[in-house]
Order: sequence, then structure tokens, then C-alpha cells
Amino acid sequence: MGHSHCSSACRFRFCALAFKAAVLIQRWYRRYVARLEMRRRCTWRIFQSIEYACEQDQIKLHNFFSYLMDRFTPSSSKERKLPHAFCRYAELEKYCDYESMEVPDSYVGPRLSFPLLPDHATALLEAFKQKQQLHARYVLNLLHETRKHLKQLPNISHVSTCYSEEVTVCGDLHGQLDDLFLIFYKNGLPSPSKTYVFNGDFVDRGKQSLEILIVLFTFLLVYPNEVHLNRGNHEDHMVNLRYGFTKEVMQKYKVHGRKILKMIQNVFCWLPLATLIDEKVLIIHGGISDTTDLDMLEKIQRHKFISVLRGKKRKESNRNVEIQEINGEDKAQASPAEQDGAASACPQSRAAQAPSMANRLEFSRWVRQTVQEQIERCRRLVDVSESEEEELTYSSLVSMTDLDAPESFRSLQILDILWSDPMPQEGCRENTVRGGGCYFGPDVTEKILKKYSLQFLIRSHECKQEGYEFCHNRKVLTIFSASNYYEIGSNRGAYVKLGPDLVPHFVQYQANKTAHTLTMTQRISRVEESAFRALREKLFAHTSALSSAFKAYDKEGRITLSTWATAVESVLRLGLPWRMLRPQLVRSAADGTLEYQSWLEDLAMEQRSREHIQSGLLEVIYRNRSNLETIFRIIDRDHSGLISFEEFHQTWKLFSSHMNIELTDDGISDLVRSIDFNKDGNIDFNEFLEAFRLVKQSTPAARAKPPRSHDANRI
Amino acid sequence: MAEKEGGGEDNTVAEIEKKITEAFEVFDHECNQTVDVREIGSIVRSLGCYPTEAQLHELLAEVEEEEPTGYIHLQKFLPVMTRVLVERSYQPTPEDVLLHAFEALDVNKCGYLTKEELVKYMTEEGEPFTQEEMEDMLSAALDPETNTMRYKDYITLMIVDDV
Repeated sequence: MGHSHCSSACRFRFCALAFKAAVLIQRWYRRYVARLEMRRRCTWRIFQSIEYACEQDQIKLHNFFSYLMDRFTPSSSKERKLPHAFCRYAELEKYCDYESMEVPDSYVGPRLSFPLLPDHATALLEAFKQKQQLHARYVLNLLHETRKHLKQLPNISHVSTCYSEEVTVCGDLHGQLDDLFLIFYKNGLPSPSKTYVFNGDFVDRGKQSLEILIVLFTFLLVYPNEVHLNRGNHEDHMVNLRYGFTKEVMQKYKVHGRKILKMIQNVFCWLPLATLIDEKVLIIHGGISDTTDLDMLEKIQRHKFISVLRGKKRKESNRNVEIQEINGEDKAQASPAEQDGAASACPQSRAAQAPSMANRLEFSRWVRQTVQEQIERCRRLVDVSESEEEELTYSSLVSMTDLDAPESFRSLQILDILWSDPMPQEGCRENTVRGGGCYFGPDVTEKILKKYSLQFLIRSHECKQEGYEFCHNRKVLTIFSASNYYEIGSNRGAYVKLGPDLVPHFVQYQANKTAHTLTMTQRISRVEESAFRALREKLFAHTSALSSAFKAYDKEGRITLSTWATAVESVLRLGLPWRMLRPQLVRSAADGTLEYQSWLEDLAMEQRSREHIQSGLLEVIYRNRSNLETIFRIIDRDHSGLISFEEFHQTWKLFSSHMNIELTDDGISDLVRSIDFNKDGNIDFNEFLEAFRLVKQSTPAARAKPPRSHDANRI
Repeated sequence: MAEKEGGGEDNTVAEIEKKITEAFEVFDHECNQTVDVREIGSIVRSLGCYPTEAQLHELLAEVEEEEPTGYIHLQKFLPVMTRVLVERSYQPTPEDVLLHAFEALDVNKCGYLTKEELVKYMTEEGEPFTQEEMEDMLSAALDPETNTMRYKDYITLMIVDDV
């Protein structure tokens, strides 16, 4: 650079100036980076808190239905059957008639023949890369063979590093086929010299869950000694109803989807629960608890636990569980109840009071009544104050039913394995965030490791920014293989390799080309935008509650920003750093106060512009949409996406007692009459949502402006 | 956060303390009111301050334990940081001063710095960048075709992003 002819004084001046300039720039830059870091972490927190809050809803909903299920069925714990509305009995022979399925000549996808060969596996990978779909016949055949194979496997797979030098362990994939492709690309396909352990959660959320299952099951059958699968909490048909897998299958296989789902449900039950490497490293999907008993786990009849998502109330002090047995489906007892809803659904003692399912109105009234009675009974027995009513409605009710203690303890073992999370504090307590399993501390880890002479645990279940994370003094390793899980650029995926020395080596990746070419700022902004959109949706869904909360502090329609933060947390309870997030959510006046009503209206406008539906109504739909959808899917037992009028009626009754929304029988009939647009005698989910809108529009008050709190309840 | 702290009630000490606590807790992984000492810089800066590294070290000296453990407790951090915010220490540099700084380094007055110049100044002058910091800045600032940084554009870009 010029100026070499400068006098030394000049040069000296320049040096001093350069120094100052540099400090200034560096100081400024560091501040900018720190701000980015804060934003990144806040964004992360937002996604996590929303994700887990949803899981809570799922549990509540499920507990409620579990309770109802048991009220209709025989009280004998040995013969517990699922009532027709909620059961899906597998007469598996029926679903294994793939042999009669014709594959047309026009089909260009891969054709499988059994026993499978490595070529089949590679052909499948190629086909999926080209976005082809495997014919239903082969899917069913594959599932059938997979089930046959899994049945002879023990609950805990034992893997040794002396046969294959290295073992590769992958975590959650959640339907993200691109990540699986990346793993195979970087690490190689499974083979006699390449052992893989896939640690659960293959399905849900991502759009290619079925393809992942097909690929994994194929490799499992081709290389049975080298491929090991652990069950995750998402390998569960009840969870799939909510988190997208059921929907995916039905969309991809319109004719045979039902059969496929049925088969998969059964295959999931036969997945092993854990893997042990060299008897020293335990791999489970979720975690452990202080009562984890590997000997018992080895002996359990794992396939009996179809859906481990059941109500249970665990006391903190002694883990004396009052949980109800999980229904077994070992014998395909074709329940006539399923077919015609006759009184045979409730042949024994207490169910004598249940009216026939055929008489819907009476039945729904009975349901309401029974639920109320149970709540009363619980209150009397437990003598609980008003404030705990919410909890009572679900978990405690379930726990009041008759139990077979050893059975319940066994199911608890599996629940813990699939759902638990590690925590930094010592001890072991109920995992209230997820609603299943527990939080286990470093002392629990230490205890279990010592008890079984293990070196460390590998688990998955939680998304980690870098794809993996150690905790509990490096005794617990979380491995998560779904990159960009929340949003493009949100996190890396990773897999871990273990050799005979059992020292973990990690490989990280991010399955999206654009994620690499974006700058750090752009990546963070993009993910952040997504997080805030989700957060604003959630805020909007609670408009009425927020409005009430703000009013309590109101002075002429304004509140301070500090108040805003406190109020929002009290309503949403997400545990987020609201003051840090505020600049992205709220614009305040110069004096630092907020006109909350117009803020709420702005939120509504944003949602409205996306859906063109009236806002007050929209709020209720949003808050309850996933619940509604889940309920619908349960009732829609043939997964046709359509339900009959009677079923709709029933749904509405259940929903209204669950959500405390009032609607008279006449109101329901009016609704029903108006919503079947194409008059085909059936209602699909979209028609139902439209129905909300129509009911709203037909009430005169609909045209008036807020207060929204009234409108929401008037539905 | 280049926000104006002009609100009446928002400037109370109580509100400031809440803000600090929130920011602190974002980095508190073990939920036990401590953070890794290496994160203090991020926390202080994300609360709107622009300390130099030297100033940061001074602050650290005040909040560390007598026997440094590698962790900082909220109890010690809170009063010190509250004072920093109340007294508005470590104020931000205005945009135009930053521009002058770049211009001072741009001896040829061409409106840009070459990659070599930028690297030289940032890693040899002032409070030098680490390699990671340098790479990060280059990835965002450098025009890959000309290998130069048009600093005026860069400043604008950064300010827009910095809500």
C-alpha cells in the first residue's frame, strides 16, 4: 500500500489511527455477533417450547380418550378390549393378502422379491431418489416379512465390535429422507462390514417417513446381523395420528393406506426396545429412570405394548404407579362391536349402564354424565381444591380403574425407555412437559450404569443444535440425525461411530445445499423468522386470554412493556425470555407503553391475511385445530377422511365436553345440515372447519366487533 | 438492540434487572443461575453495550469469584450489570464514526478494502480477531468475485439486520 515515502511521523500517526480504527470496528463487530448469538438461542428456545407444549396437548387428549375407552369396555383387566370407536383390530391375515394384489405392467418402480438381496436395497434407494413410489403390494409384503423377522428378535439387541470394527449409531430421522441419504453417502451403506443402529423416531413430522421405514426395513432384512432398530416414542400409531405419519400414508396410498397402517402398527410393536454394544454401551431412544430394570426389559412381552401413550399419574416421592394396563392385541379378537356398534361392546358388569352405541344421542348424554360423575367421585376421594380440577379431569380419572400391578410396572419400564429426558439436577421426577417418562438426573445415570456395569448411554429424542450433545459428565450422549429439524438452518444432524475402544467419533452434516451458502446472519434470520411466525400464531390463538390478562393492568387501553411480558408469560406459559423477544413482536409508543388492543388486532390481521377467515372464530379453530384433527382421525376409523353424520354428532359432543364449549343439540343439527355441501352424506374435515365459519356468520353478534372473549364462547 | 430506552416505567431498576436476568438465563444451560465465563461477553453485548475486550476483562474481574471457577453467578453479575446499564457505560458507536474508521483504513480511498487489507488490520491491529471471527466476517462481507469488501454496503447491511 502506498505512502512508503511518508515521513515517519506520518506513518506513526497512521499506525495510531489504524489501531483506533481497528478497535472500533472490532468492538462493533463483536457486539453484532453477540446479538446474533442471543437471537439464535432465543429462536431455539421458541421452537423447543412450542414443540413440547404440543406434546402436552397430545397427552391430555389421549388421556381423555383412554379414559372413555375404558368406561365402555368390560371391567375385567384380563379381557380388556378397545371399544369399537377407538379400536382397530388387526386380523392380520386379512391385511396380508398382498399376494392377490396385481402389479400393473405400467408400474415402473422397483419390484421386490423375497428373500431380499442387496440389489433390491440399492434399487429402492435409487427409486426414492427419483421420487418413485413403491407399489402397495411390495410395501405390504415387506412389512409382513419385517414383522416375521422382528418377532424372533429379543427385546435388547446385543452387538459386538469384534465382528464389525465400527458401529454407527443414528438418532431421530423423523421422515427426513435426505438426511438418511446423506448419512449413507458419507458413511457408506449397511453391509457385512458396516454395522448400523437406528435409535427410533423414524417417522412423523418429515414428509418421507414411509420411505425411511421401507429403506430401513429392507436393509434390516438384507443384513439382519448388521442393522439394528430401536423403537422410539413415535413408533406408535396414536402419536402418528397427530404428527403426520398417518396422514402421509393415506395420501400416498389412497386405496391400501389403511392396510399399510395396520401392518405398520403391528410392526412397530415388534421393534426391539434397546441395543447393547459390547455389553458396555446402552442405546435407548428416550432415557432411563431410577427403576429401569434391564433384566425385566429382556423378558417383557414387548409386542403387547401397542401404544405406550396412556394415562398415568406418578407420585414424585415414591414411584408407586397407578397406571392402567395397556391393552394387548395378541389375539385378533374380531369384535362384533367394531362392526355394528351393538351392545356387545359392553357385555359385562358395570358397562351394563352404558346405552347402546347405536343410539347416539343417548350415548353422548351418558358420556357427559359419566365423565361428570367420575370427576365428582375423584374430588371426593382425593379431596382436592378447585385449582387442581384440570389435572383431575384426565390423569386421575384414568388411574382410578382397576389395575394389575405387575402389568403396569412393566409398561412403565417401556414408557421410561421411550420418553424420558436427562436433566442437570439430581433425582428422578415425572416428565410433565412430555407427559410420559421421567426426567432423570446424573445420579440416576450413575446408579444404572453401575448396576449393569455400563460405560455410558446413548439416547436420542431431543433435537440438539450440533446434532449431538453430552451431559451427565459425558455419561449420556444425545444423538440426533434430523438436520434442519425446525427450519432450514436450525441445526445440524449427526451420527456417532464407536470402535472396539468405545470412544465416540462424530460426523455432522446439514442436508440442504442452501444452508451452506447462506451467511450466518441469513441463516439465523431465516430460522428466526420461522420461529416468530409460529410464536405469533400461538399468541393469536390465545387472543381472548391475553386480552383479559391485559385488561387487568389496563389504564386507558395501554399497558407498559414490562407488564406485557409478565402477562404474556402468565397466559402462554412457555418459559420464554419475553423481554428479549419483545422487539420482534411489539412496536411500542415513544413513551414505552403499548396499546394492546390494536396489537392484538394486528396479530389477527396477519393470520387473517393468510387464511381469509374471520378472526374471532379463527382463534378458536387455531387453538383447537390439531385437537380437532386428531379427534377426527380417531373417529374416522377407516381413515377415509370422511365421517358420517352420526359420527360427526358424536365427535362434537366429545369435543364440547373436552373443551368446555357449549352447543345445543339443535345447534349441532343445524350445523350438520348446512355443512354437507356436496350432499354425499359424509363430512370431510375441511367441510367441518367451514362449518365453524358458517355458524359464526349466522349469529348476529358475529358482525359486531370484540370483545372476543364472548365470541369464542358463543360457538 | 438499538432500541431507545426512552420509556418512563421501563427504565426502573426493577425492569432493568428483569432484562438482565432474562438475558442471563438464556445462557444458563443447567438452570442453576450460572453461566460459563466465556458467554459473559455475549450477554453484556446483547443487552445493548459495546465494550472493548479490555473493558470486558475489567468487568469480568468484578464478577468472577475470588477463585475463578469458570462460572459466573447471577448474584454477582446482576448488580454490576445493572450499574453498567444505569450509567450507560459502553455506549454504541454511531454509524458515521464507524464509517470514518473504515475510511481511515482505506488509504487509497477507493471505497473498499481488499481481503488482504481487511485480514491484516483485523488480525494484527487493535484487539485482534480470532481466526473464526475473521472467517465469519469475510463470509458475509467479502464480494467473492472481486475479493473486496465495500464497507459502506457492509455497514448498512449489518445495521438493517441488527434489530
